[in-house]
Amino acid sequence: MRYWSLIFALAALFGVGAFAYAPFSADWWLPNPADSPGRAVSTSGREIDALFLIILWLTSAVFVGTQAALVWAQYRYADRLDAEGKPARPARYFHGSQRLEVVWTIIPAAILVFLALYQMETWANIKFRSAAPKTPPLAEVTGRQFQWVIKYPGPDGKLNTPDDLFTVNDLHLVKDKTALIHLKAADVIHSFFLPQMRIKQDAVPGMTIPVWFDCDRAGRYELACAELCGWGHYKMRGDVVVHETEAEFQAWQTAKLTEQGRSRLEPKGDDAEGGKP
Amino acid sequence: MSHDQIHPAPRNPLTRYIFSTDHKVIGVQFLFSGLIFMLLGGLMAMAIRWQLGWPWKPMPILAKWLWSAPNLGGQMPPEFYNKLVTMHATIMIFFVIIPILTGAFGNYLIPLMIGARDMAFPKLNMFSYWIMWPGFAFLIWSFYVEGGSSEAGWTGYPPLSTMKWASPGSLNGQTLWLLALLCAGISSLSGSINYITTIVMLRAPGMKMLRMPMTVWALFITALLQAFALPVLTSGLLMQTLDRVAGTNFFSPVGGSVGNAPGVVGGGAPLLFQHLFWFYSHPAVYVMILPAMGIASDVISTFSRKPLFGYKPMVIAMGSIAGLGFIVWGHHMFQSGMNPALAATFTVSTMMIALPSAIKVFNWIGTMWGGRVQFTTAMLHAMAFVSMFIIGGLSGIFMAATPVDVHIHDTYFIVGHIHYVLFGGSMFAIFAATYYWFPKIFGRMMNERIGWIHFGLTFVFMTGTFFFMHVVGWHGHMRRIPDPTVYKFLSEPGVVWMNQFMSVCAFGLGIVQVLFVGNFFYSLVLGPVAGPNPWKANSLEWTTSSPPPHYNFETLPQVFHPPYEFSLPGSEDDYLPQTSPLPPNITLDPIMA
Ligand code: HEM
Ligand SMILES: [Cu+2]
Ligand SMILES: [Cu+2]
Repeated sequence: MRYWSLIFALAALFGVGAFAYAPFSADWWLPNPADSPGRAVSTSGREIDALFLIILWLTSAVFVGTQAALVWAQYRYADRLDAEGKPARPARYFHGSQRLEVVWTIIPAAILVFLALYQMETWANIKFRSAAPKTPPLAEVTGRQFQWVIKYPGPDGKLNTPDDLFTVNDLHLVKDKTALIHLKAADVIHSFFLPQMRIKQDAVPGMTIPVWFDCDRAGRYELACAELCGWGHYKMRGDVVVHETEAEFQAWQTAKLTEQGRSRLEPKGDDAEGGKP
Repeated sequence: MSHDQIHPAPRNPLTRYIFSTDHKVIGVQFLFSGLIFMLLGGLMAMAIRWQLGWPWKPMPILAKWLWSAPNLGGQMPPEFYNKLVTMHATIMIFFVIIPILTGAFGNYLIPLMIGARDMAFPKLNMFSYWIMWPGFAFLIWSFYVEGGSSEAGWTGYPPLSTMKWASPGSLNGQTLWLLALLCAGISSLSGSINYITTIVMLRAPGMKMLRMPMTVWALFITALLQAFALPVLTSGLLMQTLDRVAGTNFFSPVGGSVGNAPGVVGGGAPLLFQHLFWFYSHPAVYVMILPAMGIASDVISTFSRKPLFGYKPMVIAMGSIAGLGFIVWGHHMFQSGMNPALAATFTVSTMMIALPSAIKVFNWIGTMWGGRVQFTTAMLHAMAFVSMFIIGGLSGIFMAATPVDVHIHDTYFIVGHIHYVLFGGSMFAIFAATYYWFPKIFGRMMNERIGWIHFGLTFVFMTGTFFFMHVVGWHGHMRRIPDPTVYKFLSEPGVVWMNQFMSVCAFGLGIVQVLFVGNFFYSLVLGPVAGPNPWKANSLEWTTSSPPPHYNFETLPQVFHPPYEFSLPGSEDDYLPQTSPLPPNITLDPIMA
């Protein structure tokens, strides 16, 4: 009978094994570049991953401790009968222990309060409006069934002027430069999700929500919709292209404007390139 | 209040078995309808896993029954997938777990465990069951209306759910979904009023509150949660219904529209619904776990032959889970656009609610510690409940940390969390309760050997089905998508492999439930006769015959002490029913006196 404890032990071991293997395989770990699975590409990504790891270590310790205690209790205290069919050992008679209750209330409480306070700063950096960069927005992104409509200010650096550039499911930004997005929704709720940059924000009809992030590695990433928004929700996917330099980004923008049949407008003096911080 | 007359059972089979006011019959009715809906919800889950393991692979045979799009050659249409996830969750939460835990076991056990002849309001009790039927009907009907059943998720967020052209399921199905939930809500509400009154008013002589079994405590606190939270959901659902059928704009923003439809007048706020919904549905998750905790406490104490460790701390922990449960709903809305400063406060309360959960886990293990652990099927399920609930509670901490939640919100990590607390927690407790109280309810024992096999396979397949959800979830796998391979980062071989592995285990998990159903019906007819107290347990239901007579007890029992006096040193037996006075020269542990 006591061998039933094995199945509990094996399930716990399976869990520990999967968690121990995960960080060594890019497919199993947080979405990071395949050649360096341990390193996130954005500032908030690195902060979130660090926090994730702290919680993973803490919860793993609790997990192993409690599962081991459970399995041990099953194995050690399994009922056994002697030759006459009577219990070989009586159960101990007690109703609890005030001291233990206090101990296992205070220790987890301290850990949990520590976590709650410790994570606050990262949260504030990612979401509080007061932490938003004081730059003009990179683009206005509007979720609609089932695409991301992206509006760049264009050469004049201002949104809602005739030189605005529109793209669909194609978000471009520049390496190491914090991108500020004005997030909107045209019909139902969507959710702007950049898995590699660890950014997620619901887009709510009737609201404009600022979202900001950066990326320290040029390349192509993915933009996903994370909130069920109708039958085509699963394919509401966008490309994210991180350019090596500002010049490369400008070149892309110019080419795109030309392609869309709109020539590059003359920049007005005060809005010239240097005006952007 | 004296309630001492014995009424004979009604003779007319219609009032005896169908429109019965007997809490035991009503409990069994809830049990059977819950199990039937569990079958339906389980089949839906397997269809979901079919699509996720092998996206767009034509489904053999079933396809032409399930969706009316023959031109797809057996492929599942994406909107049908959305219907599946919506209805699977709706059915399992509102028509299986809540009705079985509170409707079936709550009804059956409360009067028996506190020594009452029936509920305080037997007719209201009958109503609480029969009002489920319009709910069942609306739910089934919704599959046949134009556009099909709801597909806005079990959370039913507007405007997806309120704008008729936002998705086929929002055409007509959503209205039926709302009506079905309203019926389920009325049922829960009338049930909870009954439970509260019964527990407060009808306890047998000597049954002080602090002598009640944990199952009764749990059901009492659950009923309070329902009574205070459900009105808020009800108003939210009614407002959504009005938005849909009466042209109000509680949840529609100014000028909101879908596709090229003209905009609505608007002026409402989509987030308002989320607040109303979660103000109920967070407490509702505790409605689904507190009774499970109570059941596990009773089963673990009985089969450790040892008093429950920390009775009062356990009661306090449940009370604080319930209290805190009302101020954490915002943790479902961290990424919703709600003020992020508000989210910071919800983090603190959410972290704190993990504390009473931890205390309970320690106490369960403490109960087994030093006991004589008997590996009955009921006990195995109760221990699995503890083991799995630990995982569900720990994953909750990740999501309570707002920055981590940024990444894992709306991913499979959440789905993993849900299933560890709801399958690993509530479902294992339902199994434990069924194996434990089956002899009382039906007078016959279930087959332990089949029970063991059923348990072992369920435990293994459950781990295989749900564990990797955490892994694909932190890898970024969104929930509610029928085809992850649209995304490059979700097409990697590791992710595809895990998805297929989970699917295979899910099929296994579904199939082995045949053992449970088979055992259930086989034992119903051919199981050995149980006798009043097969487990040698202490609480009052075991002092009457199995099944109990219509009036429960020949004479109302007199209660002398709490229900966990196992292995009392110096007493002859290793148990002491609540109705047996203490043997001379023996004193109770001062903690309990
Ligand atoms: C140990 C304490 C727990 C903590 C700290 C916790 C925390 C959370 C958090 C923060 C979320 C929101 C995650 C998100 O959507 O981003 C969540 C979701 C959820 N939790 Fe828990 N939870 C706990 C226990 C439970 C229990 C006991 C149950 C049910 C029996 C439960 C059921 C759910 C469900 C169903 C959802 C998902 C709802 C949805 O979005 O569909 N949780 N939990
Ligand atoms: Cu979407
Ligand atoms: Cu919650």
